[in-house]
Amino acid sequence: MIRLDSVSKVYKTSTRPALEGVSVDVDKGEFVFLIGPSGSGKSTFLRLLLREETPTKGRVMVSNFDVAKMPRRKVPRLRQTIGCVFQDFRLLTNKTVAENVAFALEVIGKPKHTITKVVPEVLELVGLEGKADRMPNELSGGEQQRVAIARAFVNRPLVLLADEPTGNLDPDTSQDIMLLLERINRTGTTVLMATHDHSIVDSMRRRVVELHLGRVIRDDKRGVYGVGR
Amino acid sequence: MRASFVFSEVITGLRRNVTMTIAMILTTAISLGMLGGGLLFVRTIDKMKVNYLDDVEVTVYLTEDISANDPGCTGDPCSSIRQALESNQAVESVVFENRAEAYERFKRIFEGQPELVELARPEALPASLHVKLFDPARSGVIVQEFSGQPGVDKVDDQNKFLERFLELLNAGRNGTFIIALIAALAAVLLIANTIQVSAYTRRTEVGIMRLVGATRWYTQLPFLLEACVAGVTGAILGIGGLIALKYIVLDRLLAATGGAIPGIELVEVLFPVAPVLLGVSILISAVTGYVTLRLYVRH
Repeated sequence: MIRLDSVSKVYKTSTRPALEGVSVDVDKGEFVFLIGPSGSGKSTFLRLLLREETPTKGRVMVSNFDVAKMPRRKVPRLRQTIGCVFQDFRLLTNKTVAENVAFALEVIGKPKHTITKVVPEVLELVGLEGKADRMPNELSGGEQQRVAIARAFVNRPLVLLADEPTGNLDPDTSQDIMLLLERINRTGTTVLMATHDHSIVDSMRRRVVELHLGRVIRDDKRGVYGVGR
Repeated sequence: MRASFVFSEVITGLRRNVTMTIAMILTTAISLGMLGGGLLFVRTIDKMKVNYLDDVEVTVYLTEDISANDPGCTGDPCSSIRQALESNQAVESVVFENRAEAYERFKRIFEGQPELVELARPEALPASLHVKLFDPARSGVIVQEFSGQPGVDKVDDQNKFLERFLELLNAGRNGTFIIALIAALAAVLLIANTIQVSAYTRRTEVGIMRLVGATRWYTQLPFLLEACVAGVTGAILGIGGLIALKYIVLDRLLAATGGAIPGIELVEVLFPVAPVLLGVSILISAVTGYVTLRLYVRH
């Protein structure tokens, strides 16, 4: 589903490569933690998959898309197969919960009857039934992240990228969010989550890819955050 | 593409940025109004050329000797001058006007001012040959050839006067176009700025749109349409301004020239000026919008 083949990325403003010779293979339906300290290259990794950046060297494949080589006009198609969740939720504060989720479908031109059918379904999936008409600022952090997950998942993406999705949440809420991501993963969606959260990684026991200074230093099938921890 | 979605985004954008929108509309209106004014100038000049050029003639005034002694232009040098003119290829027709006829015409022209007619004596008016040319613009040749010939007092070219008058109108037209251009520049900068502000205030939306895979058209069309809506509104205001100007000022002003400058008709404002202004407004706002989005808004 995701394949990075000897990928390097050097930013113009930096002397040290953000990623160097990174090769990672993620199968369909896998759940993978991407860990490492700040500046280790996690964000660059995710941005390459979204074609927010192009690699300096190497090849990036997502599903059938040759991400680095694809023409710019096809990038929207790639992004429609990827859902994204961020630490800061990135909700539209002037839209209700349902409108926020519907927005993701409206802007890719989905017909109205599809939207009115799918949005309540996905809100139920993330446990926000009954809160469709609330504004984001009336919700707790955990609930806001659920809205963001609903928005990322509503178009049934093949891949869900989560960049520190629990970074702003307390441990209990974080656990709830992880349960939700697991649930989404069980529907067959590949989940790639960048995180600093030791306890989550340790408790989930999923595949762990660790980056350090732009290189993969560990790739464990059922790993924990720190070796020997 | 869902029209209702794009449309609601456009309305939101225009409302959120209402002071800038108004400024954008007003400068566009002024610029396009001036452009329309310039076009009407051109139209008026054309009409005047058609009206006057047919009547423009070269007048060869004859000397006092001929004026007094040759009322039929039968003797030399009058008849030879006349023959020379008639055989000239550029000349369409030649009409001789003797002193008495000139006096009659004078009386006709100034019949509204009897005191002037009373003062004038036929002896003061010279006999003349009125020369009509196939191409009035080429009057210079006749003037050159016949000035200073025996029997010729002076050669008067009406075209010279008309040219000076048209030059004045042309200058007015050019001035209007220059102001229109400056105002257009201001309008373009305002449109560019408004789109940047608009894109900045909506950066979260645009960011999300890009991430969920909206096409470039979907993310940028609302901004382009915003500029176009403002542009077209400006054009409509500009056209309205021109129509108001016609009825409130120009009609009275041009009537006062006694028909020397032809009036401007409403149909001339509505066609071709109005469609031109609408077209220009859409073109300018769309191109400015597109270029701004390319330069400043990442996709």
